[in-house]
Amino acid sequence: MYSFARDSRNLKEFMIKRLRIFTLLSFISGFILVPEISFSQEKDSTGAVKKEEGFDAGKFIIDHVTDKYEWHIMGSHEDPVSIPLPLILYSKKNGLDIFLSSNFHHGKEAYNGYALNHEGHIEREDGASFYDFSITKAVTTLLLVSIIVLLLFISVAKSYTRRAGQAPKGFQSLIEPFILFVRDDIAKQSIGEKHYKKFLPLLLTQFFFIWVANTIGLIPSFPGVMGNISVTFTLAAIVLIITLLIGNKHYWQHIFWMPGVPAWVKISLLTPIEIIGVFQRPFVLMIRIFANIAAGHIVILSFICLIFVFSAKGDAAGWGFSPVSMIFALFMNAMELLVAFLQAFVFTLLTALYIGSCLEEPHHAEEHHK
Amino acid sequence: MTLGILLLNPLLSPSYGLIVWTLLAFLIVLFLLKKFAWKPILKSLAEREESIQNAIDEAKKTRDEMASLKSDNEKILIQAKTERDNILKEAREIKEKMIAEAKDRASKEAEKLVASARENIHNEKMKAITELKNQVAVLSIEIAEKILKQELTDKDKQRAIVKNLLDEIKMN
Repeated sequence: MYSFARDSRNLKEFMIKRLRIFTLLSFISGFILVPEISFSQEKDSTGAVKKEEGFDAGKFIIDHVTDKYEWHIMGSHEDPVSIPLPLILYSKKNGLDIFLSSNFHHGKEAYNGYALNHEGHIEREDGASFYDFSITKAVTTLLLVSIIVLLLFISVAKSYTRRAGQAPKGFQSLIEPFILFVRDDIAKQSIGEKHYKKFLPLLLTQFFFIWVANTIGLIPSFPGVMGNISVTFTLAAIVLIITLLIGNKHYWQHIFWMPGVPAWVKISLLTPIEIIGVFQRPFVLMIRIFANIAAGHIVILSFICLIFVFSAKGDAAGWGFSPVSMIFALFMNAMELLVAFLQAFVFTLLTALYIGSCLEEPHHAEEHHK
Repeated sequence: MTLGILLLNPLLSPSYGLIVWTLLAFLIVLFLLKKFAWKPILKSLAEREESIQNAIDEAKKTRDEMASLKSDNEKILIQAKTERDNILKEAREIKEKMIAEAKDRASKEAEKLVASARENIHNEKMKAITELKNQVAVLSIEIAEKILKQELTDKDKQRAIVKNLLDEIKMN
């Protein structure tokens, strides 16, 4: 056995040297993640909480991309440095319970009849059912995103009213091209001149909410909230409900009873496919952004983890591979920065296209079918 | 079965708590941004675009006006030029006409003068001729008288004359 303590010190030194070479982005990811892992390894070596030999990258990564009841900053799971988050639980027996997640002492203790299981989920000790509306890490990030977006755009709006009739300036001129992009290239193009104004607030909010959330997710220790299926499910569900509510006669006619097609084809093939299509489109919307963001985070974490997978084979391997790993992680981070924008754009564009298809006027199609 | 396995995956299992919070957060953000951000931003963007469009239209209109003004000026200039030319031409014509008339009148006057002079001369000449004739007649009579007086003073000569006269008569 070699000394993990020395290893971690060396690693830290090595990291610090490397920081000068690499950009801020990989600096942060390396800095936050590395001490965390070294801590856990140190713990293992002293035998305080020895569970398993080696480093389980899969478990580590999944642990990082799933939602948590506390904001983990560094350290092992048993004794971490973390910010406790408020839990909001309701059960018929206990009523409403609001307390901080620190009361669980990282799963070591139960509180008010609730306990954390080894997977990080809350369970009731008596096994009864309860409702969980806790402010988790993802919820905290979402609230942060909401606050940032609100502050950002309300201040931009203020500078618009303050400097009415003048050329844009400062942050306003940075944001304006994107607002115009959403308005002219997404909304106007996809929905059409007649109806686009009504949906602009939704599309703009979607675009900037997703973009800010994606970008914040790139800061190490922040979760990629759009890589959480519950979040994307909600956003896609909003789109589904809107398309169900606004569809005009022409749209529904084309789904249930496509004109110009034999009845048996409609009943056996077309109508079922179209009905599936109504739900499939928001479903794809949900999966696409979830998969893109989750995958991006997983890939970046994988490259970081590779250092520790290699270092388990020996000092030299770990050291030797870390520059390669960091270059790839840097590359992925840069790409994720692009993906953050791209997914916001794609989500907004597809929403606009669905809305546009629901509001399409019959004059073109009608001639076509006759 | 497959769906069950998928949902067991911690990545793919949705949590209703997070769904509720997401819905709440997004709808509140949507509502607040719609009211306090998008409305004023889109309004002022539209206003600015409109004012820019108006300015461009105005500039175009002014340019057109300038062009039409310029062409008007040119038209007026051309008109003035032709008018000037006409006036000059007319003046020249009048001048020529006046000169011609003057010449005409002068030559007529001259002719008249010449004609009257000629008539006068003619008259004077005739008068002179008549006077001359009369004087010649008087002189001839006087001469004849003197000759006769002279001839008839001598008897022989009278006889000769008578005889001549008689001879002449005889010959007849």
